[in-house]
Amino acid sequence: MLQQIEGSHAIAESVARCRPEVVCAYPISPQTHIIEAIGAMVKEGTLAPCEFINVESEFAAMSVSIGASAAGARAYTATASQGLLFMIEAVYNAAGLGLPIVMTLANRAIGAPINIWNDHSDAMAVRDSGWIQLFAETNQEAADLHVQAFRLAEDLSVPVMVCMDGFILTHAVEGVDLLDQEQVDRFLPPYEPRQVLDPEDPASIGAMVGPEAFEEVRYLAHLRQLDALDRIPEIAAEFAEMFGRDSGGLVRPYRLADADTVIVAMGSVLGTIKDAVDERREAGERIGVLGITSFRPFPLEAVRQALGARERVIVVEKAFSLGMGGVLATDVAMAIGTTTLHTVVAGLGGRPITRVALLDMVDRARAGALEPLSFLDLDEGVIARERARMATVRRSGPFAENVLRDLGRPREDQA
Amino acid sequence: MFQVRIHGRGGQGVVTAAELLAVAAFREGRHAQAFPSFGSERTGAPVVSYCRIDDREIRTREPINAPDAVVIQDVTLIHQVDLFSGLEESGYVLINTSRTFTELGLGELVERCRPDHLMTCPATELALEHVGRPVPNAALLGGFAALTGQVPIHAIGDALRDRFGPTIGERNLAAATAAFDHVRAQMEVVSGAAAD
Amino acid sequence: MSETRVHFYQVGSFAVGNRLLSAGERTVQSDRRRTNSIDSGHRACQGCGEALGARYALDAAMRVTSGQLVAVNATGCLEVFSTPFPETSWQIPWLHSLFGNAPAVATGVAAAMRVKGRDQVRVVGQAGDGGTVDIGFGTLSGMFERNDDVLFICYDNEGYMNTGVQRSAATPPAARTATTDAVGPEPGNPFGQGKDLPRIAMAHGIPYVATATVADLHDLERKVERAMSFHGARYLHVFVPCPLGWGAASNDTIHLARLAKETGIFPVYEAEYGEVTGVTKIRRPAPVTDYLRLQRRYAHLFGHPGRPDVVARLQAMADANIARYGLLATEEDE
Repeated sequence: MLQQIEGSHAIAESVARCRPEVVCAYPISPQTHIIEAIGAMVKEGTLAPCEFINVESEFAAMSVSIGASAAGARAYTATASQGLLFMIEAVYNAAGLGLPIVMTLANRAIGAPINIWNDHSDAMAVRDSGWIQLFAETNQEAADLHVQAFRLAEDLSVPVMVCMDGFILTHAVEGVDLLDQEQVDRFLPPYEPRQVLDPEDPASIGAMVGPEAFEEVRYLAHLRQLDALDRIPEIAAEFAEMFGRDSGGLVRPYRLADADTVIVAMGSVLGTIKDAVDERREAGERIGVLGITSFRPFPLEAVRQALGARERVIVVEKAFSLGMGGVLATDVAMAIGTTTLHTVVAGLGGRPITRVALLDMVDRARAGALEPLSFLDLDEGVIARERARMATVRRSGPFAENVLRDLGRPREDQA
Repeated sequence: MFQVRIHGRGGQGVVTAAELLAVAAFREGRHAQAFPSFGSERTGAPVVSYCRIDDREIRTREPINAPDAVVIQDVTLIHQVDLFSGLEESGYVLINTSRTFTELGLGELVERCRPDHLMTCPATELALEHVGRPVPNAALLGGFAALTGQVPIHAIGDALRDRFGPTIGERNLAAATAAFDHVRAQMEVVSGAAAD
Repeated sequence: MSETRVHFYQVGSFAVGNRLLSAGERTVQSDRRRTNSIDSGHRACQGCGEALGARYALDAAMRVTSGQLVAVNATGCLEVFSTPFPETSWQIPWLHSLFGNAPAVATGVAAAMRVKGRDQVRVVGQAGDGGTVDIGFGTLSGMFERNDDVLFICYDNEGYMNTGVQRSAATPPAARTATTDAVGPEPGNPFGQGKDLPRIAMAHGIPYVATATVADLHDLERKVERAMSFHGARYLHVFVPCPLGWGAASNDTIHLARLAKETGIFPVYEAEYGEVTGVTKIRRPAPVTDYLRLQRRYAHLFGHPGRPDVVARLQAMADANIARYGLLATEEDE
């Protein structure tokens, strides 16, 4: 039913209809509204049977999920940012054990400096963990992706992380058409584990693997990711056929035909980018968008086909690898080879990505004035002043606080 | 697309106001998107929320920099926060006050904007009278409906009942309706003056 | 099950042969149909106290649950020596996840069993002292606080033996480890407040907390059975000498465990809902030097000139335990 609903509540409803049996909760902004809503459903009995466990840390949230999943229960949790990093050892472990846990990641920046706003640094920090990572463009897609995620995870025995932009999506109230219980039940069969802790059929799970087999075991895990490259579009197609809605898949092309310039991005910023691209298309410019839904596994072939031989590709990403540059861009570069590739780091820590800034970026790219790596709306002045302070004074102090102090000064003082 | 920016302080229902507006628009079959300014604001701190209303899917996620309407829930924000940033000359302003724009030191705005787009409404008083609590958001939504015509008052009522249940919802609607009438009367005075 | 009071001792160790007990009171291990939860062939060192303790504890848990048991294991010696895949010593369903999360993983297994309507399946979590008092402490306290239906067993050998004998928060003062060398004016582990986990567990008010040693395996079995008679969080702290890490003879494991108890260094007791309900009295009091001299980790305290001052502090700690728990037997106890 189509309703005007907060993103977090839409996710909670959607997850509840997937009949999770063990849900772990540890609060961190901006994920809190999701687990609060699920907790209320368990407490009032509308989500049953389900064990809702208020754990003492994110590390415990993922660990309890591991135990529950290994014992045959459908397990779900949600986190963000520092929380994901606090559980990172267990995140890798869940993937290594092949446990189909589903987790919502309400994408948020990582500190220091502490920052509660949206970017994709958290997701990037676990990109090599063996989890499937799907990025939602809208709350509608996020809600649908959770239903697909359980199906995908349990098909392949691989955990799936549904990434949705913190605040921008989690706290946005907009129209979402939620599947009802009967529809979800038709799409998502009960969980049939590949491995389970059962006294009737004892198995040892989690043994040490030495040099003689570790590479093969890891390769098998990689193959399951490659299997996901097939299963993700299949599941999305089945979903579309059943419910008449396009959600998920590997990539999302938009107005790519004859485009000489393509902007690549993930998550909710795609909406703003599409508006900007529409504006330019109306002015006759040949420009398009490629949204990446599946970041892990990374759809090299689909990206290669979608980007083909373009004059320029601009990757707009909400994270970067310090000392290197774009993370998504590196993967895109691997897919497309020699095309001129620009990385534009944008929206870090919740900085708004505006249509105006995006259009300026496109103009600079066309004029050959866009660097291979650049930062959208970067305040060069404040950086130059802090670099100067650091060069002249040894004890220049904490640089984050220096920048804030600098920005807080009256303008004439800055000059 | 019609874009609204609501300014107030933590605890005044600023975020709720944007959500209610989005629900009201949705109930009228329109597309709507409400979102807060995403801070870790505490009670009393300046808060901003946003609402977009359109007849087609809303895709953009940028904050509202060029609002069609600005709603101000707390006059103490005036001259503290850049409340009217990006507001076009044709834009609407609704302020929770019983004073005039000029008395509030907003003479520049009066010169720049259309007089029938600048309205005030004693929303806190109306809330105290009808709801019993000094939360001006519902009343201001009534005033907003009168001022902009973007949503009908009955849709605001539906959203209020959805959110607060029949009893409290009805009281909030009474405040909203009173504000609607107040702003409507003010508009008639202004247009009457223009006709003279 | 009531405590056995037997007065005819066959051996100098005070051990009582099963053949002198009635069939119902004999140990689980005396039963030829015992489960062998940890099968032979594992890779533990000779004289490993942890292997012994784990086998007795889990077989006892198996008997009392009629085989409806799942074990969750932290990283550590027990995990490594029991699962040199493709071989595994575990005859019961067993899961190893990480070093610091065994209590939480056990919570998850218990939650899954409950939601699946398989409440009869019980869960044991287990770890060494590092996985319990140090890196696993947060998840353990969380599991206690929520009163999750898990029996958690700590096999305490007073250090990180799996990684090469480093200090843990359970390492006693003055003991030499790889990270507290026997050099300088204060050789070995510094004196501090220590981390008395059984008492911390009791402070959570959980249904059952007990300590035991591998010197009294019948007592260990009885405590496991008692623990399994409760639902909710339970904690068993088992003292398990490590010949390798302590620099002791492999055939002294039981002897050392008994001396730890008889000197008062390791008090053996049980508690329900935060209150001590039973104490195992010292039968033949011994000075701490009897215990310390058998271990090379304390060798720097003896010889010439030795550190009688440090030995005296250790004796004082043992005496404090004796006083706190009333460990000395009275005439009535005899």
